[in-house]
Amino acid sequence: MPAIFPRWTNNIPLVVALAGPVVGAGLVGGVWYFFSPKFTDVGYRPVQPVPFSHKLHAGDMGMDCRYCHNTVERAAHAAIPATQTCMNCHKDLVKTDSPKLKLIRDSYESDQPVPWIRVHQLPDYAYFDHRPHLAAGVGCASCHGRIDQMAVVQMSQPLSMGWCLDCHRDPEPNLRPLDQITNMAWDSALEKYDPKADSARVRAVNPPEHCSGCHR
Amino acid sequence: MAAFKDELDPISGRKVLVENNLTFAQVTDAVAAPIEAPSARWWAFFLVSVSMLGVLVVSLGWLFWEGVGIWGLNNPVAWGWAIVNFVFWVGIGHAGTLISAVLFLFRQKWRTSINRASEAMTIFAVICALLFPTVHAGRPWVLYWTLPLPNQMGMWPNFRSPLLWDVFAVSTYFTVSLLFWYVGLIPDLATMRDRAKSTVRRVAYGAFALGWRGSTRHWLHYEKAYLILAGIATPLVLSVHTIVSFDFAVSQLPGWHTTIFPPYFVAGAIFSGFGMVLTLLVPLRKWFRLEALITIKHLENMAKIILVTGMMVGYAYGMEFFIAWYSGNPYEQYAFANRAFGDYWWAYWTMVSCNVISPQLFWFKAVRRSPLALFIISIFVNIGMWFERFVITVTSLHHDFLPSSWDYYSPTIWDVSTLIGSFGLFFTLFCLFVRFLPVIALAEVKSVMPIADPHYGDHGDGHHHE
Repeated sequence: MPAIFPRWTNNIPLVVALAGPVVGAGLVGGVWYFFSPKFTDVGYRPVQPVPFSHKLHAGDMGMDCRYCHNTVERAAHAAIPATQTCMNCHKDLVKTDSPKLKLIRDSYESDQPVPWIRVHQLPDYAYFDHRPHLAAGVGCASCHGRIDQMAVVQMSQPLSMGWCLDCHRDPEPNLRPLDQITNMAWDSALEKYDPKADSARVRAVNPPEHCSGCHR
Repeated sequence: MAAFKDELDPISGRKVLVENNLTFAQVTDAVAAPIEAPSARWWAFFLVSVSMLGVLVVSLGWLFWEGVGIWGLNNPVAWGWAIVNFVFWVGIGHAGTLISAVLFLFRQKWRTSINRASEAMTIFAVICALLFPTVHAGRPWVLYWTLPLPNQMGMWPNFRSPLLWDVFAVSTYFTVSLLFWYVGLIPDLATMRDRAKSTVRRVAYGAFALGWRGSTRHWLHYEKAYLILAGIATPLVLSVHTIVSFDFAVSQLPGWHTTIFPPYFVAGAIFSGFGMVLTLLVPLRKWFRLEALITIKHLENMAKIILVTGMMVGYAYGMEFFIAWYSGNPYEQYAFANRAFGDYWWAYWTMVSCNVISPQLFWFKAVRRSPLALFIISIFVNIGMWFERFVITVTSLHHDFLPSSWDYYSPTIWDVSTLIGSFGLFFTLFCLFVRFLPVIALAEVKSVMPIADPHYGDHGDGHHHE
């Protein structure tokens, strides 16, 4: 009876034994690297309808974050400022006829908001609230990066669940004095800050780690 | 008892395991015939099974679209038919490993005629079982969350939950059963390869036969592997249904929180598994003309196991009531009074009639040796064991601790269609099995035939006579 299979098929077990671990490790490594929010999300930098520069406003001119994002200490959501906030300066004082600001002026005239593109977006089932984070002394820069150095804002952190939990499980390295929250240049490596010894703090920081802490 | 005369082995004097003095070639031909020439009856069964499988596909499609709200689940009864069906199918999956592994280790040679089909039944039943928790979880696409895989969510399974133990117990059981079945198939796949007429068959059987040539070295390795797998599979017979029972027993609910659950569930699983083996093999041996291989004696042995395990289950039913009374715990007492005489009294007494009373007929040898009676009682056993899981799940939940949340549970049309559909999946797989694989372990059964005895043909004088 002639052989059903050619002779090379005898090598299949050997090839599988050698290639299997390599392919398996490649798959695991590929998913681990390319499917991670560190790869898919960090660096997201959409082009905004108005070329607003945080580097100019928050960095060079030193405006406080809360001048525009004024609800951040009082509401879950850190407000994107209304056009009226821009026009506090740009209506009569600064660059009143810059072509870059045409959309701002149109928005002010027509009472229609500027269609800003959201950069930091969490899923709907994650109930993030800015208030407790600021009250605990987590700086803006801890999650948003050095906004004061960005001409165009981009995501600097993955905002993944594992990334949230890293801090919820060990918050102290990311805490700073309560009056330094908006200080972009504050560096935990240089300042020896111990939240437990800070008399300005009323309560110990106790972030939730259970499911309903964030998924209500 | 002259009426029940079995063919006796001329040398050992025991009942022969293959009757009619068949030769090796006749056995191979008998088992290979339905694979090589499918009957019209096979097509009829296959088409009905595939239609039922279609019902499953539609039910699951609607389930995934709409959610588990299409089932009859309500607030106290959050575990409805999905869990009932899961435990029912896992239980059926127990006979295969018991027959193939435990009876193998105990050198019960009569297992050789029935182990292949029982193991196939086990694998298909476990597939049906795994379906139900998967779809009951609501979001089957995130089922990998039950596995300890590092992930960006920083989540890890809760190792204190018996539901997680279930994931490992049932998937281990499935893997080992599948390997055991496959290893046992290799010599027979080679037989089918050598008999194959078409190239497709030759290549397909040849690929799965892994180059088996039947050399002594092959047999040496094969038998070692088979023995090791039998050793691994044997504790699983006990562990799987023990852990399934923990789903209930580890909770605090009266009616579930009982220490008798693990042995009670294992006995029930073997009981229901042998019930299903009879349901499948009684028609199969007749239609495939395998009466000389799966003899009346085989059926009688299985009937005896059903009788024994049925009484164990009956003992457990009684003991649950005794402990409820003896504990002095009013909640426990209420749970059991409610079980037998409450809203679901009809389910409880269906269960008792089918599981405790109907197997008592097996005390009569005439019943044990009547294929028709065995088939009918095996159907009762299947029904009774489904109702056992229904009674345990629903009667304990529907009246829980808080009377304000008590409710009556009834299934919807989608619960029914999903159960029917799971039978469609099971029978479709079984039809494909009998169509393409030898339903009897040829290599093994040949080793227990009278003709395989080295002294076959001797007449006690050490000489060979023709």
